[in-house]
Amino acid sequence: MGAEFVALSLPPILIGICVAVACALPGNFLLLRRQALIGDAISHVVLPGIVVAFLLTGVVATGPMLIGAAGAAVVAVVAIEVIRRLGRIEAGAAMGVVFTAMFAGGVLLLERSDTSNVHLDVEHALFGNLESLIWLDATGWGSLVDPASLAGLPVELPRMALALGLVALFLWLFWRPLAMSTFDEGFARGMGLRTGPLGLALVVVSAIAAVAAFDAVGSIIVIAMFICPAAAARMMTNRLDHQVAWSAVFAALSAIVGYVLAGYGPLWIGASASVSAAGMIATVSGLILALAAIAGPHRKAVQ
Amino acid sequence: MLADALLLQLGYNATLVTIGATLLGMAAGVAGTFLFLRKRALVSDAISHATLPGVGLAFMVMVALGGDGRALPGLLLGAGVSAALGLLCVQWLTARTRLGEDAAIGAVLSVFFGFGVVILTVIQTMTAGRQAGLEGFLLGSTAGMLRSDAVLLAVAAALVLALVMLLRRPLELASFDSGYAQAAGWSLARIDLAMMGIVLVVTVVGLKVVGLILIVALLIVPAVTARFWTDRTDHVVLIAGAVGGLSGYAGAALSAVAPALPTGPIIVLVGFALFLVSLLVSPGRGLLASVVMHHRYQRRVHMRQGLLALAQGQPIFEALTRRLLHRAGLILPDGVATATGQAAAAKALLDETRWSIVRMDQSFAAAATRYDGLTPIEDVLTPDQLREVDARIDAPQVVA
Repeated sequence: MGAEFVALSLPPILIGICVAVACALPGNFLLLRRQALIGDAISHVVLPGIVVAFLLTGVVATGPMLIGAAGAAVVAVVAIEVIRRLGRIEAGAAMGVVFTAMFAGGVLLLERSDTSNVHLDVEHALFGNLESLIWLDATGWGSLVDPASLAGLPVELPRMALALGLVALFLWLFWRPLAMSTFDEGFARGMGLRTGPLGLALVVVSAIAAVAAFDAVGSIIVIAMFICPAAAARMMTNRLDHQVAWSAVFAALSAIVGYVLAGYGPLWIGASASVSAAGMIATVSGLILALAAIAGPHRKAVQ
Repeated sequence: MLADALLLQLGYNATLVTIGATLLGMAAGVAGTFLFLRKRALVSDAISHATLPGVGLAFMVMVALGGDGRALPGLLLGAGVSAALGLLCVQWLTARTRLGEDAAIGAVLSVFFGFGVVILTVIQTMTAGRQAGLEGFLLGSTAGMLRSDAVLLAVAAALVLALVMLLRRPLELASFDSGYAQAAGWSLARIDLAMMGIVLVVTVVGLKVVGLILIVALLIVPAVTARFWTDRTDHVVLIAGAVGGLSGYAGAALSAVAPALPTGPIIVLVGFALFLVSLLVSPGRGLLASVVMHHRYQRRVHMRQGLLALAQGQPIFEALTRRLLHRAGLILPDGVATATGQAAAAKALLDETRWSIVRMDQSFAAAATRYDGLTPIEDVLTPDQLREVDARIDAPQVVA
């Protein structure tokens, strides 16, 4: 656990924790509002946005990709609303139509365009590549306080940390109104809160977390982390603040255990190569959810 | 080339695949309608994503047994088993814990898919077996399909379609009026089980053609498209079947021409194009129809208000109203009513007067609810009732 760990495993684990917690925090509110599948929809529609941004600029750069992804998310939200209102179609079905069509469009655009010289393909978008985010400048634990080698950290780490900070700041600032409008929207409106913009802000913050994470780790972790930690935490307690704390713990635990199992687990049983860290983190979060669903103190529906 | 593909002239395999995709699309459209009407459309997303670990494990088992691991029946069997497991998890989480169905769907979808990816990476490191082609299950690939696989696909799709058609009646009943279905002696739980079973089979058969990420579209899009064209359950089912079949057929044909592209997205986009057309031009719910209806309504309101103003001798300043009245030959360009205009105005005023009496009288309460300022009262009341109303008009209004 020396220099090699700091260079190869520490950055991906930290990025994984940031991603997991940044998605799990808003996931709590989405879960309670019965909007859990928004994470699923966002992670699908982000693909065409990123592809279009790449086709327009010709480079894989964070700025244009974030703008493209945000644009795609807005297009999706508007399209879902239009279909729901015009066709009087149930929201779930409208969502299904929009996100599959946009994802299909993104895949075809991607396959039709020449992206062979850049790191952009469907598999990458789905699975990400957490293992490749290594810190080559690190020589040991001492590098953590050495500015010169800190500059060589994978850019995803500060970016994800920033996204996590943004999400946490949003929840801290709007905690009371969010809680109120989540549990009793009528009451919140009666108290003079503007619940519509607040709900939209929650979706936007979730989208920011999803897009930032998507770039680093692919969409599986994003969907899993929006739902599984929050759902497991829901079985542990009836208090919102406790639930959010539990979900952050579960998310961080999934990231650490998942990464370690993926990276070192195969070696323990004698295999030579590691397996997908993103997939393993999602699997571990699912196992935590299963345990909570079987034995959590508050797993039963309220009678 | 495309014409050849559409006319099934691209060889035996391509033809089989196209026919299979058409049948599959029809079965998915019909089955998806019931799912959609029962408001459980997204359950199929969980089912389809849950197939991935099954495909991977089946591959590993077949390699361990000495095969090359690519036998389609084995892979589909594995997919079916793990999809059923995923469906059970969704049902269990929804029924036994406090989680809602949406959270259960999302959790199962992401965890099973994540586990499937882990298995795929394990397979990538295996030396035995020919793992190339497993990615085809993600987005569908029909290029270079083996003849036996194409036959399997076409036969399975035909069987699913037959099964759906066989079970159509109870499914229709349950999704249109579940209370009546129960009263008629059907077990709702069993019908739901049958529905999910069909969705599962459609998903598994569709894996190779559409791919597990997008097969949910084949189930949802045709039903939503059909909903724009009719309000009758039995018609929705048939139209959805037709839309699904058409997307499968056109998508598979297009994909036969462009073998480098994954099949699934093409089929989905063909279906989405049909949906967009319906959204725009369908009568009743379509965008165009709404706009036309809005304009027609606007014109009727303007005509009516203009006529009432004429009858009361008030000048009309509103440009649209003047234009409409002039075009109908009711007023002269300077705003003076013509003879027909005067008659129409008198009629409108009489109508309004009759309505005001009807609306003040409790005994006409039922008729009064039909008042919208536009409906002629003759459409609502009988001649006898009209005479009774007219008797109460104080002094007949004469329009000069």
